[in-house]
Amino acid sequence: MRDQVKAWRLGRRLILGIPYAWLIVFFLVPLLIVFGISFSTPKLSMPPIEPLLSYGADQVMQVRLYASNYTFIIGDSLYLAAFANSVKVALISTLLTLLIGYPMAYGIARTSAQWRNILFLLVILPFFTSFLLRVYAWIGLLSRNGPINAILLKMGVIHAPLALLQTDFAVYLGMVYSYLPFMILPLYSAIEKLDPSLLEAAADLGCRPIKAFFRVTLPLTSEGILAGCLLVFIPAVGEYVIPALLGGPGTLMIGRVLWDEFFNNRDWPLASGVAVLTLMLLVGFVVVLQRVQSEKVVSE
Amino acid sequence: MNKRLSPFVLTMLVLGFAFLYVPILMMVIYSFNASRLVTVWDSVHSPTLKWYAELFENSDILDAARLSFRIAAVNATGATILGTLAAFCLVRFGKFRGRALFIALTTAPMVLPEVITGLSMLLLFVALEQVIGWPAGRGALTITIAHMTFCMAYVTVVVQARLSTFDRSLEEAALDLGARPMKVFFLITLPIIAPSVVSGWLLAFILSWDDLVITSFVSGPGSTTLPQLIFSKVRLGVSPDINALATLLVLTVTLVVVGVGLSLQRRERRLSLEAQAAGEPL
Amino acid sequence: MKTEPGPGSAPIVEPVSTPYVRIEGVSKNYGSVLAVNDVSLDIKKGEIFCLLGASGCGKTTLLRMLAGFETPTSGRLWIDGVDVTSLPPYERPVNMMFQSYALFPHLSVESNVAFGLQQDRLPSAEIRERVAAMLQMVELTGYEKRKPHQLSGGQRQRVALARALVKRPKLLLLDEPLGALDRKLRERTQFELVNIQERLGVTFVIVTHDQEEAMTLATRIGVMNAGEILQVGEPTQVYEYPNSRYVADFIGSVNLFEGRLIEDEPGHVRIACEDFENVVYVDHGISAAPDAKVTVALRPEKILLSRQRPADLDNARPGENRVSGVVEEIAYLGEVSRYRIRLSSGRLINVSQPNLYRHADRIAWEERVWMAWDSSAPVVLAQ
Repeated sequence: MRDQVKAWRLGRRLILGIPYAWLIVFFLVPLLIVFGISFSTPKLSMPPIEPLLSYGADQVMQVRLYASNYTFIIGDSLYLAAFANSVKVALISTLLTLLIGYPMAYGIARTSAQWRNILFLLVILPFFTSFLLRVYAWIGLLSRNGPINAILLKMGVIHAPLALLQTDFAVYLGMVYSYLPFMILPLYSAIEKLDPSLLEAAADLGCRPIKAFFRVTLPLTSEGILAGCLLVFIPAVGEYVIPALLGGPGTLMIGRVLWDEFFNNRDWPLASGVAVLTLMLLVGFVVVLQRVQSEKVVSE
Repeated sequence: MNKRLSPFVLTMLVLGFAFLYVPILMMVIYSFNASRLVTVWDSVHSPTLKWYAELFENSDILDAARLSFRIAAVNATGATILGTLAAFCLVRFGKFRGRALFIALTTAPMVLPEVITGLSMLLLFVALEQVIGWPAGRGALTITIAHMTFCMAYVTVVVQARLSTFDRSLEEAALDLGARPMKVFFLITLPIIAPSVVSGWLLAFILSWDDLVITSFVSGPGSTTLPQLIFSKVRLGVSPDINALATLLVLTVTLVVVGVGLSLQRRERRLSLEAQAAGEPL
Repeated sequence: MKTEPGPGSAPIVEPVSTPYVRIEGVSKNYGSVLAVNDVSLDIKKGEIFCLLGASGCGKTTLLRMLAGFETPTSGRLWIDGVDVTSLPPYERPVNMMFQSYALFPHLSVESNVAFGLQQDRLPSAEIRERVAAMLQMVELTGYEKRKPHQLSGGQRQRVALARALVKRPKLLLLDEPLGALDRKLRERTQFELVNIQERLGVTFVIVTHDQEEAMTLATRIGVMNAGEILQVGEPTQVYEYPNSRYVADFIGSVNLFEGRLIEDEPGHVRIACEDFENVVYVDHGISAAPDAKVTVALRPEKILLSRQRPADLDNARPGENRVSGVVEEIAYLGEVSRYRIRLSSGRLINVSQPNLYRHADRIAWEERVWMAWDSSAPVVLAQ
């Protein structure tokens, strides 16, 4: 009897221990290493890092921490501009995605069951299709002699081909295009859960459809809106592929800066510093949002 | 509520889906274009399959595809096991010490920017190699480990959602009839949550198959995955054989997702009907 | 202990007096919430014991402790002389029929019933034989290959019963066994359940909130409230001789009157109630201090309604157990009619009368009527 209780406890520990240990070793520890290395300085060696721990001439262990990465990042307007631009691009993209995604999600949730399943599948299909290839598709479409310019020229809207590629416009387009399914899915499940009789009740009480939408539907789907916005905003801030393929050399985004510091300049400590600051930015953002949300819950 | 949609919503639906699908469609059409200038339609020699033929003679692409497939399959299997275990702990173990950290660790990989995940994984592998000599160098193994770590989070979410609506009296009934906990899991729980486990596996496979950023950090010389190869080609501009490759991939994914999606939907509908039937009578 | 007889042989096992299931000072608390409070109970072999109570009274927790899904915080459980307090569910000689039936949705009827026997690693020939015999008993032969969702509610209930019985448990636990069935089916199933129990002689413990179900099925009932057992007894006992206001009120409906003991003899008592002009005469003694405050419980069906003042009781003084009032509400239910009658004290009293005649000149609203009851009818409860 006692042995069985013991065996059950052991089994539980094993079941929990495997994924827990994995996440600690391969997720938490790496983040701590990033944090540590952000206080190091580059060195011409492999790996190109000055070790934090070293032995001095008298065999005493020394810990050397450099704050230079942080002072450098904060002092250089290039990095600050990259942070600011990332947040700006992510915010505008999120807003655009919401404006396009909400009516679509609403439409899908309110069609007949047959259509709903088909449309739902059509939303998740791009999600399963290669992200890289979907971004790539726009390179062809937007290029100087691509179909968009060709159509516009033929219609006489423009007289010379527009430079669409390598612009901020292309980055926004790519962002909205890539992240639209992430916005639609949580919105869809929030709208679908909404009891249609609530809208009937609002209509019965004399509320016009537009007003009912703003007074009933929108507030009751606010959680879906929040989830969708987070799912778009957070990855958009750190996005690398879209600005790298569609943006111009002037499109400074934090993911791209980190990538370049790491791969092109081989400055691992500086890249780590950028990573730590990005992480702090995102964590701060989520914490503020959670606080707002919990205050809302309390006030309700 | 009538099923009629307002003209505005209908317009948005049509435009939205056009926005999602026209670029993919264009890519498919241009894959049959004879011109090397991918954006100009050569109406004399098109449509042609020559880019497809070229694709299957390109050993770089085939090697990269083979490597990507192997990594994705191993990763999906590992991530599914880890993620299912994690989901089980979260739903079934109630309050345990370290639960808050565990929740954070299972959700964070999904929201962490890929560049940071990739960088941190690389630094770990470098440090591990220095300290314990393993993993020696970087390649398929390090890519698989990195993919499993972020994919298991997705599997956890998918399986957790299914487990939390699982009728526990089914497991209690099996215990009551003399099955030990392990047996209950394999005879009752797993068969019933199987659709979500399969979805999780598929999701993990696709995420890994598609990943560029994390892979770029943790891959080594000689281990170039398909996304890495595509990325290096695309950076130099549009190339017609990539259109052909994209068409094949889109086609495969569509068939698999639609096929699995439909069969899972059917199974899920039947199972939920059965569960409903077993739970509440008519 | 000899093994239970299989289906086919049908001896009726008389309840023997030694306790078969013994619940000894069992408590269960969840944090600060006391779900079951120091319950002690003996259940005899071959009994159908009903735990009856409102939802949240602790009856289900008690049942789940017998099954092994919960461990008591304190106290011990014995089944057939074996202490099972800390045995896991898969090692107890107990099976349960779940309220939701908990049929495995991915397995056929046959596999559902065979599941428990397979866990015991019985030879497959024996499993097949016992499953077939059990399905025959619950009249489901021919349904072996069906999945649970292809069965009706009543059929599912019978599969659940077969699955729980096929292991020949020493004790069968039933959680609201009929709760999910519609009324007609419930009435039929009640009798089937009792038949099967009598044929197999398995001890049943049933949890229900439905007093009618408890009365029909049970050999004994345990009424529970707030984690405690208030009264244990045969159905007639708990109905006719409730030991507390809660039990009297919970089982059936009842009129309760506050009163004072004014005459306390071994053979009878008299009680003065403010609601009546005359005293209440009861033809049996009670143990209470003279002049004690008591509650008189009077069941609606034990009151006789008439337009004329009824004759006085032989053994009582004139006017005792007689009172008049004005009809305020009537509900015609077919078999009976329920009346609410206002006494001169202002108090409303519930009376129900069988509708013996089809075309009777029925009592109408606003009529002044007389109520009378036998001297054995009132139950006197200490306050």
